[in-house]
Amino acid sequence: MKETYQNACADLPESVCKTIGGGTGMSENNRNVIEIAHLTKQYGDKRAVDDLNLSIRRGEVFGLLGPNGAGKTTTILMLLGLTEPTAGTALIEGLDCARHPLEVKSIVGYLPDNVGFYPDMTGRQNLRFTGQLNGLSGKELEERIDGLLERVGMTEAADRRAGTYSKGMRQRLGIADVLIKDPEIIIMDEPTLGIDPEGMRELLNLIRELSVEDGRTILISSHQLHQIQQVCDRVGIFVEGRLIASGTLSELEEQILKDGSYLLEVNVHPCDDKLLGMLSAQEGIEKIQKEGNTFLITSKQDIRGQLTKFLGEKEYTILHLHQRGGDLDEIYRRYFEKAGQNDERNDYEEKKKHGWKHGRKNARQGADRA
Amino acid sequence: MEERTRVRGLTGLKALFHKELADHLRSRRFLILLLLIGGTGIASLYGAISGLSDVEDSNYLFLSLYTTSGNSIPSFMSFIALLGPIIGLALGFDAVNSERAGGTLNRLVAQPIYRDSIIIGKFLAGTAVIAAIIYTMGIGLGAVGVIVTGVKPSGEEVWRILVFLTFTVVYVAFWLAISIWFSVVCRHAATSALASIALWVFFAIFMSLVSNIIANAVYPVGDDYHAMINSYNNYTLNLGLNRISPYYLYSEAVSTIMNPTVRSVNIVTMDQLVGAVSGYLSLGQSLLLVWPHLTGLAALMLIAFGGSYIGFMRQEIRTN
Repeated sequence: MKETYQNACADLPESVCKTIGGGTGMSENNRNVIEIAHLTKQYGDKRAVDDLNLSIRRGEVFGLLGPNGAGKTTTILMLLGLTEPTAGTALIEGLDCARHPLEVKSIVGYLPDNVGFYPDMTGRQNLRFTGQLNGLSGKELEERIDGLLERVGMTEAADRRAGTYSKGMRQRLGIADVLIKDPEIIIMDEPTLGIDPEGMRELLNLIRELSVEDGRTILISSHQLHQIQQVCDRVGIFVEGRLIASGTLSELEEQILKDGSYLLEVNVHPCDDKLLGMLSAQEGIEKIQKEGNTFLITSKQDIRGQLTKFLGEKEYTILHLHQRGGDLDEIYRRYFEKAGQNDERNDYEEKKKHGWKHGRKNARQGADRA
Repeated sequence: MEERTRVRGLTGLKALFHKELADHLRSRRFLILLLLIGGTGIASLYGAISGLSDVEDSNYLFLSLYTTSGNSIPSFMSFIALLGPIIGLALGFDAVNSERAGGTLNRLVAQPIYRDSIIIGKFLAGTAVIAAIIYTMGIGLGAVGVIVTGVKPSGEEVWRILVFLTFTVVYVAFWLAISIWFSVVCRHAATSALASIALWVFFAIFMSLVSNIIANAVYPVGDDYHAMINSYNNYTLNLGLNRISPYYLYSEAVSTIMNPTVRSVNIVTMDQLVGAVSGYLSLGQSLLLVWPHLTGLAALMLIAFGGSYIGFMRQEIRTN
């Protein structure tokens, strides 16, 4: 298992690998449900997935994070045996996904992005059809449908035509649809896309519940960081077909901070260019950027105390002081920079920075971009 | 666990077949098709009855209900040859691409079923609906004919009608397979509908013009001299090219089966006619005469379905 992780982060500094490897070492007797080794998918000249190594443990919620086009959906399709890998293997419960797709699909529930239902059938009929495809019938099936409709809060709307459902309702029915076969593993592709905040809260609760109460293993792919960090035990950051980091949030964060770049947001009054010059001359400060009225200060260590004192002496009033990092958004951004993605995605980053300050809006922007 | 992971090939196909069948039967599309075919059936029966008095041959009178035109209304047989494809096209043109567009295909392929059972289920369900429509209309037409005219069918006539209807089902299923193929290839339902209608119009109307032009170009019959040496070849080539069209193939085959006086489907020389005794062909002989047509059309249907099958199996599932 360790070896797997070594491969996963071959490009990263040794310390990262240590962190991640150490994290998994603690629970070695927990069998891995999903084992991906050297998985590669080539579309013409483009490598959609490039030598991916990943293990997912039983009962955990794993978030696969990455921008659009990073190869997340391709990876998922290979896990379900719907796309043939160019090289490498993916095992689910020890079954090769490319060779035993039927067995794999009977224990894996898949919620595709933009899940659709037959518009002329009611929600209940749609679920019944899925049940029949899974070999269920009669009373057992009907009871299961009733139970699941109740669970996702769709009992009221169950006998309406699915064509009249809203996006949020479709998503909830989609989860019921996945649960019909009582899967051990659930894979969700962009489940949070285009859902309103209230629906989002319900969805995240449901995901939590599926993991904690039912003990199912859940793999979520997304580019919406805020939602994912609320439910995931571990995340993997996926860029251009490569997994550039994986681990728990705190592991990733620790790693970023260890790398030595602290980013401080400072807002002062009066805000003048003289200060910029003075700050640049200060020891320990590597880089200063000015964004509107906010200074972004990059440094090797925590300079908050030092800075406060300095500003106080010069009779500046501190309006806002915030150390960035510690949330997934920041971690995500840092890893992008590291992977050399920064130049290409300046526009993307710019939006994210903006969205970061406005919390919720970020989600919306994510949806728009998609 | 073991029970759950057991391969359930047929269960999936059965569920898919039932769902597709229910979809078709409940749809407005099916109602429209039924009205269209019902309307043409009644119209052609009316025409046939008014034209029946002009039929010189009083043997096989019952078959004339299907083959006679009158009051400038085409016979049931030619109506079906022209409009039958519409049934097939209407049932299949959005079979796969609407699932793809609606996001249901993703969900479907994630279930533990063989991927080919999706397309087989669609084709079988469509064919079942076609068979239901064709047999109902054909037998219903005969029943009304018996009541109105009082003409009783003989045993051989019943068999001929059954062969005719069965062959019609194959013919329409060919068009179903073609439209499913287009629905696999084309992203939008509108595109696949237009493409399959274009193909239908081409075969029904333009194919005979095209084969005529080609035959005349290869074997010119413009003047007396050329006509004398070329007309046999010209006719044979023209006929051969026409038979590429399923429309022509079908028309030729069913008019032979429904008309026991047809003794040859190819050109007949004077030599061959010398000493021939005029009479009716038995059903077996009629079948023998058009056996190549029957197998040819069945093969075309299988090729069309095979094309859609392979296209579907090789296609990437992802939507974007």
